[in-house]
Amino acid sequence: MEHAEQPHTAPDGDHPLPSAAHGQQHPLGIYFKIWGLLFVLSAASYMVDYLHVQGLLRWFLIVVFMLLKAGLIVSVFMHMLWERLALVYAIVVPPLLLLVLMGIGALEGDYTFLTRGLFLSP
Amino acid sequence: MNEAIDTAAALPEVQAEGWQSIVADASSDQRLFKGVPWGKPMMWIFLLSDTFIFGSFLISYMTVRTSTTVPWPNPSEVFSLTMFGRSVPLLLIAIMTFILISSSGTMALAVNFGYRRDRKTTFWLLLATAVLGATFVGMQTLEWTKLIHEGVRPWGNPWGAAQFGSSFFMITGFHGTHVTIGVIFLIIVATKVRRGDLDLQRHGFLTGRRGNYEIVEIMGLYWHFVDLVWVFIFAFFYLW
Repeated sequence: MEHAEQPHTAPDGDHPLPSAAHGQQHPLGIYFKIWGLLFVLSAASYMVDYLHVQGLLRWFLIVVFMLLKAGLIVSVFMHMLWERLALVYAIVVPPLLLLVLMGIGALEGDYTFLTRGLFLSP
Repeated sequence: MNEAIDTAAALPEVQAEGWQSIVADASSDQRLFKGVPWGKPMMWIFLLSDTFIFGSFLISYMTVRTSTTVPWPNPSEVFSLTMFGRSVPLLLIAIMTFILISSSGTMALAVNFGYRRDRKTTFWLLLATAVLGATFVGMQTLEWTKLIHEGVRPWGNPWGAAQFGSSFFMITGFHGTHVTIGVIFLIIVATKVRRGDLDLQRHGFLTGRRGNYEIVEIMGLYWHFVDLVWVFIFAFFYLW
């Protein structure tokens, strides 16, 4: 609401408008660094598959690379690092509920697997 | 109206740290997300709901994959391409990943140049993002065509668990739809930037609100989210 009805201060766009004061302005370098890091992390997770890493190590590496990439995108590209804490918590905390759903799904999946093994095995 | 804004701006900033700042914001007057343009929390809340949609898809995928007694098809082999006479695992998917990350990079730069009021660079960066996004969707179409020709259907496939096809089409299909909508959204924002609608604060055709460069950042949030979802799909569906 505050920006939509702002007075017409600088129609030609030469001087920064008041709204720019709240804007997320950061040096370009940080974006290039994160971009490079995302490339490296993606290449690393691809190499996990390419080099046929198996077992617990594969699982571990995939999750670590995934979480690092997600964290970098959310914190730097989506500017969460510089947002007000009230907004950060309002957005980042609710998805943790998905962990509960994941637990329920895992229980249910295991149970279905067991019953299928008992009743559908030839 | 101007007076009201001036009074709001003149209010003393609440000096609180950590949890206390959240409590102070939440218990204060009028606005929870102080100093944040309203469009941004709106987009974030939409993205939060989308997180739950994709979260539910991935969790149901996990549930069907753990509950099947038939072996799951090996994604590393299913999505391999034959290059120079040998089979390279997940090649197309890896290229798609890099394309989407590149588009996220150009998008982040576009937001930055937008706040610098650099119209031309912002426009070209947005267009580059749209082109990369369209390339991604094109490659996904290629992948779908290949799999459908090989006999993958939502109800079965030649290599194992029938749930593979339904999970695959549902998850990547929804993600591809998001990318497609994003490309359309990007072209609209790019056009606005090029015409100077944002500098001149012209009224938007849909909402009638005055243009400003925050819409580029809000667009960016959506686009980065699409990339974010792909990170999880890549890890859980293709690499697992």
